[in-house]
Amino acid sequence: MSVLDRKKAWLILKDGTVYEGKSIGVEGKSLGELVCSTAMTGYQETLTDSGYYGQLVTQTFPMIGNYGVNSFDSGSKPVWAKGYVVRELCEEPSNFRCEGTLEGFLKEKGVVGICDVDTRAITRKLRKNGVMNAAIVTEYPADAAAMAALLQEIASYSPAGGAAAVSCKKAHAVACDNPRHTVVVYDLGAIGNLVKGLLARHCNVIMVPCNASLKDVLQYHPDAFVLSNGPGSPEELPETLAVVKDLMETGLPLYGVGLGHQVMALAAGAKVEKMVYGHRGGNQPVRNLSMDKVLITSQNHGYVVTDLPEEAGTVSHVNVNDNSCEGIRYSCCNGFSVQFLPETSGGPLDTHYLLDELVSRILANKQKQNFKQK
Amino acid sequence: MPLRNDIKKVLVIGSGPIVIGQAAEFDYAGTQVCRTLKACGLEVVLINSNPATIMTDKTMADKVYIEPLLPAVVKRIIRKERPDSILPTLGGQTGLNLAMQLARSGFLDEYGVRLLGTTIETIDKAEDRQLFKDMLEEINQPLIPSKVVEKVEDALEYAEEIGYPVIVRPAYTLGGTGGGIVNNSTELAEVAENGLRLSPITQVLIEKGIAGWKEIEFEVIRDSKDNVITVCSMENIDPVGVHTGDSVVVAPALTLSDKEYQMLRTAAVNIIRALKIEGGCNCQFALHPDSFEYAVIEVNPRVSRSSALASKATGYPIAKVASLIAVGYTLDEIVNSVTGSTYACFEPSIDYVVVKFPKWPFDKFVYGNRNLGSAMKATGEVMAIGTSFEQAIMKSVRCIELGLKTLDLPKLAGKSKEELLQLLTKATDERLFVIYAALKAGITPEEIYNINKIDPWYSYKMLNLIDMEKRLQAAGAEGKLADDLYLAAKKMGFLDETIEKRSGLAIDEKRYASFKMVDTCAAEFEAETPYFYSTFDGENEAVEFLEKNKSDKKKVVVFGSGPIRIGQGVEFDYCSVHCVNTLKKLGYEAILINNNPETVSTDFDVSDRLYFEPLTPEDVESVMQTEKPDGAVVQFGGQTAIKLTKYLRNTDIPILGTSADSIDAAEDRERFNELLAQCGIPQPEGKTAFTAEEAVACAESLGYPVLLRPSYVLGGQNMIIAYSSADVEEYMGIITAAGELENPVLIDQYLMGTECEIDAVCDGEDFLIPGIMEHIERAGVHSGDSISVYPPVNLSKEVCDTIVDYTGKLCRALNVKGLVNIQYVYFKGQLYVIEVNPRSSRTVPYISKVTNIPIVELATRVCFGEKLADMGFGTGLHPAEKIVAVKVPVFSFSKLHDVDVSLGPEMKSTGEVLGLDRDFDTAVYKGLLAAGYELHKVGSSVLMSVKDADKPELVPLAKKFVKYGYDIIASEKTARYLNDHGVDAVSVDMDSDEGIKKVIDIFDSGAIDFVVSTSKVGRKPAEYSVQIRRKAIERSIATLTSIDTANALVNCLLEGNTVEDIALIDICKL
Repeated sequence: MSVLDRKKAWLILKDGTVYEGKSIGVEGKSLGELVCSTAMTGYQETLTDSGYYGQLVTQTFPMIGNYGVNSFDSGSKPVWAKGYVVRELCEEPSNFRCEGTLEGFLKEKGVVGICDVDTRAITRKLRKNGVMNAAIVTEYPADAAAMAALLQEIASYSPAGGAAAVSCKKAHAVACDNPRHTVVVYDLGAIGNLVKGLLARHCNVIMVPCNASLKDVLQYHPDAFVLSNGPGSPEELPETLAVVKDLMETGLPLYGVGLGHQVMALAAGAKVEKMVYGHRGGNQPVRNLSMDKVLITSQNHGYVVTDLPEEAGTVSHVNVNDNSCEGIRYSCCNGFSVQFLPETSGGPLDTHYLLDELVSRILANKQKQNFKQK
Repeated sequence: MPLRNDIKKVLVIGSGPIVIGQAAEFDYAGTQVCRTLKACGLEVVLINSNPATIMTDKTMADKVYIEPLLPAVVKRIIRKERPDSILPTLGGQTGLNLAMQLARSGFLDEYGVRLLGTTIETIDKAEDRQLFKDMLEEINQPLIPSKVVEKVEDALEYAEEIGYPVIVRPAYTLGGTGGGIVNNSTELAEVAENGLRLSPITQVLIEKGIAGWKEIEFEVIRDSKDNVITVCSMENIDPVGVHTGDSVVVAPALTLSDKEYQMLRTAAVNIIRALKIEGGCNCQFALHPDSFEYAVIEVNPRVSRSSALASKATGYPIAKVASLIAVGYTLDEIVNSVTGSTYACFEPSIDYVVVKFPKWPFDKFVYGNRNLGSAMKATGEVMAIGTSFEQAIMKSVRCIELGLKTLDLPKLAGKSKEELLQLLTKATDERLFVIYAALKAGITPEEIYNINKIDPWYSYKMLNLIDMEKRLQAAGAEGKLADDLYLAAKKMGFLDETIEKRSGLAIDEKRYASFKMVDTCAAEFEAETPYFYSTFDGENEAVEFLEKNKSDKKKVVVFGSGPIRIGQGVEFDYCSVHCVNTLKKLGYEAILINNNPETVSTDFDVSDRLYFEPLTPEDVESVMQTEKPDGAVVQFGGQTAIKLTKYLRNTDIPILGTSADSIDAAEDRERFNELLAQCGIPQPEGKTAFTAEEAVACAESLGYPVLLRPSYVLGGQNMIIAYSSADVEEYMGIITAAGELENPVLIDQYLMGTECEIDAVCDGEDFLIPGIMEHIERAGVHSGDSISVYPPVNLSKEVCDTIVDYTGKLCRALNVKGLVNIQYVYFKGQLYVIEVNPRSSRTVPYISKVTNIPIVELATRVCFGEKLADMGFGTGLHPAEKIVAVKVPVFSFSKLHDVDVSLGPEMKSTGEVLGLDRDFDTAVYKGLLAAGYELHKVGSSVLMSVKDADKPELVPLAKKFVKYGYDIIASEKTARYLNDHGVDAVSVDMDSDEGIKKVIDIFDSGAIDFVVSTSKVGRKPAEYSVQIRRKAIERSIATLTSIDTANALVNCLLEGNTVEDIALIDICKL
């Protein structure tokens, strides 16, 4: 369908700014926190990324949907984003794995979206004013009163509760061939290849919900814990935070990613702040301070760790652009964590060394235990 | 790591003359490198034989040598200058090969010169086919089944094993020269033999044909800490099989899913790490369209044409970053100059799409073979930026200056479906237009894919354009152009003109484009880059930029010269850049509009603001609406800029310098004739005609030979000398093929005298001629293809005085304010004016350098009312320097099959070199040497075949060759004439198929060093004489098609100069 033949839609921001465009996906109204992703490929991974829970995602790249959708690239997973904002939606995708159009995918998943808007103008606005709440509507408010009510609704929207919502509801095991270790993963919204990466390293994986207690998880006799990435602020997860403090005492290796990194940092006594614009995209440069090397990473977060107490550990990775904390090695526990998403499937493949480190820590710990036993 | 403290003095080697496969991109890279190194406080010594470049300006380096790029010469410079380092990866294949030769021979070690940014091992691993294969196998990177062979028999045997088609790739040749795709053993035998001959190490690679796979490129950068980033991905719309330089390319890749993208990105990163390159590198991949199977095609361990494109496409300055890395910095220490706040260690994210479109010379070489393959044929390229593919591709076809406004190619109109299906099978320069026509004829994207493997994604996008055309027509039928339809058409890149034509409706309220910034980061960070492209959105970032950076300075727009083509090369970019520099110096804001990604002018830190746009009136108008400039300059951007005069006349923007009316007076035939008559200046008699009948009548009344050309010409485009009515008719047939003529064809008497030219700066009263240039070849050879000598050697003082007198009269009569280029011919005691161009010319850069007169600067200042008398360079003819400069043209004939190499009134050279020395003989010697002539005896003979008119002059020429020790082999008629006049010559049949075969055998025996051939100058490739010249060129045998060139060359031989005799001249000290 030519964009000319599409129904109108509007993106209405909390501050009253209105962008008129055309409707994509399903019709209706959807509220969310408006954010931007600068990734040029991987829209299917973006849409199914739990990190975008409660958010309206704007793609800065102007042509989205070029290679269609398929059932391999996490296409079977739920879409967590509340809405989708693109400049141009490709109607005639081309790729050997293409099973359908992105439009069809949005419809199937019930996503309200808008196209034919100036996504760069939106990005610039958010860069200056910070991320803000917004709504996509396919019916324009009938009058001033309706508009005022909508703006009120937008203002009071909160994307809170994301991790609890996206986390698995019940513990479940994912077994690998030839297992050597057992790893408990706190699922705060795990995406991409984290689990695949563990399986490939001979780890049986036990996924547990974000509120699993210490007792719950110790029954699996884990060799290590992983705190996955996920949406929102770590401060929304008091239960998880309390457990992580206990996990740190176990002496078992602990690895945190994204939201999991923030939870670990909070548990270790650091603070977390909301960022103006956030880091969302596939091209974020991160310096590994010990290797003195820069990695190109995939990221999706709106909060950042600050004020790490000296006794808790040291910053191991920083963002090259804004010098913000991108990773910590803890001295208060056998743990390490990174803010970026090393195992994400949409994004560069530079950072797979972190899971290797987890496995070495598991082995070292096992050796130490064996030695003690002897 | 900061700057290495063991580097103090760096030698930079340029890429030499512009040839197909190695163009202005290396001036852009070289200029950035020199600036960067100087900013680091390093002493820079530069060598480049190309005088038309900005990098050879004396301000660019501490020492600048415009010398032949030969190992012996570079060795002498190293001995003299004693640099501690050499930067080999920024001067193209030429610079790299030269540096490697010196490194391998141990010379660099002997003189303590380090290679920066790379090592011999790295280069060998990337360029030696076997080592490359081994390296890829080590890091598990797949490559196409292939084998290096050194004999034709081995090639044939291996091809049987892997099956046809196979690709032949000669080792160490530029732009894939001599290679090709072959489908059977006969073809393979021929191509492999040719390739082996051209390869300096007699090696070719025989490779399995994977035509039809997607061709994807990545630009990668690595530093000494092993940090690696990819700057940009690029996708060739033309799948594997067409050289990337001849492909329409998009950036970023548009049809790859994240999985394929990350797979190839990771491969590129692993490759640059394995090669241990410290700097930039280009990786080319072939990707199977129906699986994840891929193969590495090629790795260029240096800055390239693709890296220039990636730099302009993203705003990331690859050459600058690569040179900083080479002298010790790491990516995380280098600030991203676009944002000013982030670092070079990040991957650009772009929020637009870029289309590169090649510029081919086939509008000039009508008999050239238009098939595209593995050897590049394009002379230049354009880049267009848009927010949609449709918009970008539409802009790109406007940029290439074929007179197209959409993808509709007039000559395809009315072709049947069958004809189009047939045309779709051919990969030619017109392929994209054929697809557009095919889609219009109802052929589906899938059918097109099945024929030529062009991804249906692109065809569907073109269908959107066709759909828009239909909607516009429908709107016309309804009699109303809805605003949303109009806006949608604008967003797809349609011009108002086209919208009105398709709909038949007038647009009530025309929309102007708004502008967005190229900022490397998709607006994630605030950027201050004054680099913009147009689209049709509400927000205009250029206006915001102007408000934020308000200044009291007046604003001047400078038009660039568009794509590099024969006749309008890098010289015009030189002039545009110097004009911008002068404007800035004078306190103006300089705004540049251009669309050539290879050039210095489109480096975003050259002008105050850069607009990357097509140079058409409507595109320019939008810039004007945003900028509201106080004036515009048209005289520095070649004919591309001059053509905008008509548009400017209808605006209230003043043209600075020579007025639109004066420009018209010089270009309008009748007005010009009147003007010359008024001034009492003679010119060859001429007439004008619109049809073939008129033209023949004119020619007969003037008497043959006559010169035919269209009005408003550049580089002698479509210009011929006609000796008969048949020639006239053939010519008129070609020129009227595109439709009825808007302007008449000019028919002039052809005077075979001494040609000379001048460039002058004029302020309306006084004028300054920096120097007179005399051409070695007589009139009839285009001035751009002539060897040009400064100061003149054969012109009497009297003739020079007349030149000065006529120049003054013409300048005043035309009221020239700025630059003018005038060409004269001296024939039988009389001086005639042939041509007056009220603009910069291709000789301006070298004459500026040789005479130390900043011609463009003076011309720019004159535009603002300054007087020559106050500028300190004098007026009239500037006294000649005590130095001789010989400009020698360089051709790319080996790339252009079926093109006759004969010189004529139509320009054919792609570049030039300069021979600068103390006297005429050594300067000519140096110039010929720099142009690639081998000036010593290798074989035994010279082959000659000349037309009757040249025979008397051939006798003394042949005697000189004999005196030097050559035997003469000649065509039957030429041999008889020579024998009759006392010169021994062996006769060979050159007028039959059998004869040609024999001549080729003689060529292949290595006996022939030179061919002198002036017979049967024609454009048809089937002519025997044309074939002989082609066969000679293909075997790298110097082929001289003018008696005058041959004479200059044999005189050089007899002088007996050697490389050791030439003077090394640092032009900074002139």
